[in-house]
Amino acid sequence: MSVDQTTVAKIASLARIKMSEDELARMAPELSQILDWVEQLGEVDTSQVEPMTAVIPNTLRLRDDVIDADPLTGGDRRDAVLANAPAAEHGFFGVPKVIE
Amino acid sequence: MTELTELGVKAIRDGVAAGDFTAREVAEAHNVAVAAAGELNAFIVTTPDHALAAAEKVDADRAAGKQLGAMAGVPIGMKDLFATQGVQTTAASHILEGFTPEYESTVSQNLWNAGAGMLGKLNLDQFAMGSSNETSYFGNVISPWRRKGADGFGGNADLAPGGSSGGSSAVVAARIAPAATGTDTGGSIRQPAAFTGICGIKPTYGRCSRWGVVAFASSLDQAGPMARSVEDCAIMLGAMAGFDPKDSTSLDLPVPEWEANLSADLRGKKVGIPKEYRMEGTDPEILESWERGKEWLRDAGAEVVDISLPHTKYALPAYYIIAPAEASSNLARYDGVRYGLRELPNGAGLQDMYAATRAEGFGDEVKRRILIGTYVLSAGFYDAYYNQAQRVRTLIARDFEKAWAQCDVILAPTTPTAAFALGDKMDDPLAMYLNDVFAVPASLAGLPAMSVPAMLNGEGLPLGLQLIGKAFDEQGVLNAGLAIQQRAGFDAKPEKWW
Amino acid sequence: MVTGAETMSTYRIQGATGEWEVVIGLEVHAQVTSNAKLFSGASTAFGAEPNTQVSLIDAAMPGMLPVPNRECIRQAVRTGMAIEAEINRWSRFDRKNYFYADLPQGYQISQLYHPLVGEGQLLIEADEKAGISQDKVIGIERIHVEQDAGKLMHDQHPTMSYVDLNRCGVALMEIVSRPDMRSPAEAGAYVRKLRTILRYVGSCDGNMEEGSMRADVNVSVRRPGEEFGTRTETKNVNSVRFVMQTIEHEARRQVDLIEDGGTVVQETRLFDPNTGTTRSMRSKEDAHDYRYFPDPDLLPLELDDAFLEECRASLPELPDAKRARYVGELGLSDYNAAVLTAEVETFARFETLLAETAKRLGKGEKDVATQVANWSLSVAPGVMNALGDEANPAHATAEAQAVILQMQAAGEISGGQAKEIFEIVLKTGREPAEIAETEGLKQQSDTGAIEAEIDKVLAANADKVEEYRGGKDKLFGFFVGQTMKAMQGKANPAVVNELLKAKLG
Ligand SMILES: [Mg+2]
Ligand SMILES: [Zn+2]
Repeated sequence: MSVDQTTVAKIASLARIKMSEDELARMAPELSQILDWVEQLGEVDTSQVEPMTAVIPNTLRLRDDVIDADPLTGGDRRDAVLANAPAAEHGFFGVPKVIE
Repeated sequence: MTELTELGVKAIRDGVAAGDFTAREVAEAHNVAVAAAGELNAFIVTTPDHALAAAEKVDADRAAGKQLGAMAGVPIGMKDLFATQGVQTTAASHILEGFTPEYESTVSQNLWNAGAGMLGKLNLDQFAMGSSNETSYFGNVISPWRRKGADGFGGNADLAPGGSSGGSSAVVAARIAPAATGTDTGGSIRQPAAFTGICGIKPTYGRCSRWGVVAFASSLDQAGPMARSVEDCAIMLGAMAGFDPKDSTSLDLPVPEWEANLSADLRGKKVGIPKEYRMEGTDPEILESWERGKEWLRDAGAEVVDISLPHTKYALPAYYIIAPAEASSNLARYDGVRYGLRELPNGAGLQDMYAATRAEGFGDEVKRRILIGTYVLSAGFYDAYYNQAQRVRTLIARDFEKAWAQCDVILAPTTPTAAFALGDKMDDPLAMYLNDVFAVPASLAGLPAMSVPAMLNGEGLPLGLQLIGKAFDEQGVLNAGLAIQQRAGFDAKPEKWW
Repeated sequence: MVTGAETMSTYRIQGATGEWEVVIGLEVHAQVTSNAKLFSGASTAFGAEPNTQVSLIDAAMPGMLPVPNRECIRQAVRTGMAIEAEINRWSRFDRKNYFYADLPQGYQISQLYHPLVGEGQLLIEADEKAGISQDKVIGIERIHVEQDAGKLMHDQHPTMSYVDLNRCGVALMEIVSRPDMRSPAEAGAYVRKLRTILRYVGSCDGNMEEGSMRADVNVSVRRPGEEFGTRTETKNVNSVRFVMQTIEHEARRQVDLIEDGGTVVQETRLFDPNTGTTRSMRSKEDAHDYRYFPDPDLLPLELDDAFLEECRASLPELPDAKRARYVGELGLSDYNAAVLTAEVETFARFETLLAETAKRLGKGEKDVATQVANWSLSVAPGVMNALGDEANPAHATAEAQAVILQMQAAGEISGGQAKEIFEIVLKTGREPAEIAETEGLKQQSDTGAIEAEIDKVLAANADKVEEYRGGKDKLFGFFVGQTMKAMQGKANPAVVNELLKAKLG
């Protein structure tokens, strides 16, 4: 067993997914099975191999420093940004009060 | 005149251009088919008006003597992973229910620019995670295909249309749409195409812009067409593809003239047969289809050679680390703050709201993958899991590189089995994952790969053959696919029961 | 000069059980000067209406993708060059994953494994008053480029916090020092020097009030010479003074804690400017597992020779070099050189005036540098400060000031007249030459007129002339004063001196 219920609970909390004890009990063996299976990768000798960084040889293109050149990538569109918000007031998104 | 819904992309486009029928007539016929196919549950939202408006524009342009686009008059289904402006976009998840984008994905925009119209948003596995279309919040898609049980036993079991592009495969196979968009992360175009007897191609990573496509695993996701012929796929891929400055992984290359350069003459070409794909337990009928495929390609003039892709066995486990890892991060944005579902239990703080929203909004398979992804990236495990998987991925890509010294295109089965019944594998995630064993290596290497229907098995269900090509060589894949299509003579279609 | 590893600071905290040394490392977040954000085309301008400078990308809408802004990369590279750091031709963006309402993507795009800029260094100068006994080199571990977060407002609504994403996605350079500082003064000097360099380079405006520069202050304490202790990180401290206060408070708190038998917990803390104290930040408590991994939306960043060439060629003369040149080539005092090079505006004004003055006088810059430096650092600011609101700084053009300096050097006006003329210039914007003429603010160099006055003075003070001739040399000044007074201060003192000497024999 790669992961027990306590570990799954910790991961779920890190992933911000609330899970009941029942769900954890159900999920733990499933995840364990999957993780046990992927662990076969450990067999492969990769000491001479770099991790893949770009699947197709290609380098990062850079953009020009221009504001709002394209509405799809620019700002100045508050209505669109807020259009689907569960809570929006006075031009802000609203969230439950945060104590820092 | 044949029924308009029997026509493919090319026939519709050419018929509209020739004035044999109007685009509006085509759209109307398909809207009727869509409305009558509720039982398949293939659409999350239907958009008959979109299809009609696009058709009217094409008809008007034609009347005005304007040049028509490559998809002019063709109504298509749009996988509900593509953001469509003003039309709900959900990724088949409760967490995005009601989300109406203020933007259009590059690929869908390209299709509209080419004269296509939208019949509706197609159901899929939630966030494209699944191989059977059983993880959608909006219910399973039911394959239009049914087994022909010789004894009538089990013949009527609902079958999986494949996944994640199961809505897409279902409507194209059922003659509800001539074509549909799909996305392929680890086989999500090819496997459903194989299950439903249609064609589907995943192009080279970077050919189609990912901008506006709900992300599953960024280094793997690619959009592609699903249609009933290789020619139709070539036409539609040409309309979808192209450089997009908004996607920094987009290939800055001209889109080749795939349709114009189609040729089933494979003289001088070498077709590689990877020995590692002959796995224990593979359905004998699948192996038979593979043998037939070799013959067909030989008949088309190709030389068939044996090759080896030694790390094939490790592709699936590497995929099930990399894809969930990327997904766990890509799906962090669904938090109930800016769009989509918000669950706010009494007295909940911000972090409680996140946990409640994501608990309520994500389905089990999505949660499973987020948890795996979170785990393999977490402190102390990153190197052993994620980095090791990316190293293995390098080896898998290298296997293909070496293979290209011996061959131009690779032929393999698309799936280890024909379509299975809904519910068959739902309680065994690992068994479900194994269904993508043949599809995943090409995804990990970013290579173009296609499934074309080869034959029906003894139960009357389609089997697909997969062609994998060199990076950027969609043409080679399409040409080999065309050679198979011409010789397989596959014209089976599901009997209408819905 | 010492390098970071050698710790010459004598700053100590007196605990109940003996002396403690404080060890400080700073992570400075500096906003990169650019029009648009790091990965989107939204504006970076300060002070806009909430959420108006937010793109679909910044709001992390489904399917949105980042494309990096070349200017942000360029500015970070130039900054790296300015601290003599190695520039990594191959770097990569990583995702730092955590959930917070100011972070729409659920991750910050940053660089952990392969930063853009590697090892560099920065020199802080000796400052006896501050207890920095000699120049010291502070190591810089790296500079990486990353996205800024949005802003939360907690006091606008009884049960909700409001989220403004205008800042979200603005490019930051995170400049990470080595734990080389040993006193609040050194940390203060480091931040000031870093700010100066950034402003020279033009890669950050250094405006701390607007949040363009913030420091995460890492503090630990130890017995002098022993192993490093456990550190705390106080986030987002936004002024030099607060950085120093944070260190003082945090070091004292840690010493007291340890001496009371407690242990320092590695944690994130928050500085409260109202009380000058720090407190634990509960909201970040469980955020330690950031699950960094390479951002799969972004390919590796590879820089070519042409790009690096351009970055290097566009670098200005940097503070240390400029300061050395002011002393070595222009002959200025260490002090004047230090003050003139501390701020971009100061040296820019100085150099313009220096060039203009040298040109007018037909001399080399070196020959007029001291005069121009004195004018720039004491005379001109003195006049301006005295005038207060009456002065219009726009009138203080380099040309006007150079004309004044030229007239003074030529003996046409006295130092006092120069000030008076400048005063009128500041108030009215009139031409200095015209003012001198019209207001009679000119020195008399006409020997005839001066001689006549000298004769009168000598005649009226025959007794003193006798005394002088009898050997009372000190009286020479008296005659000069009387002559100047008779001429209402307008005589050229050099001419007066010369004539007096001749007359008195
Ligand atoms: Mg920090
Ligand atoms: Zn940072």
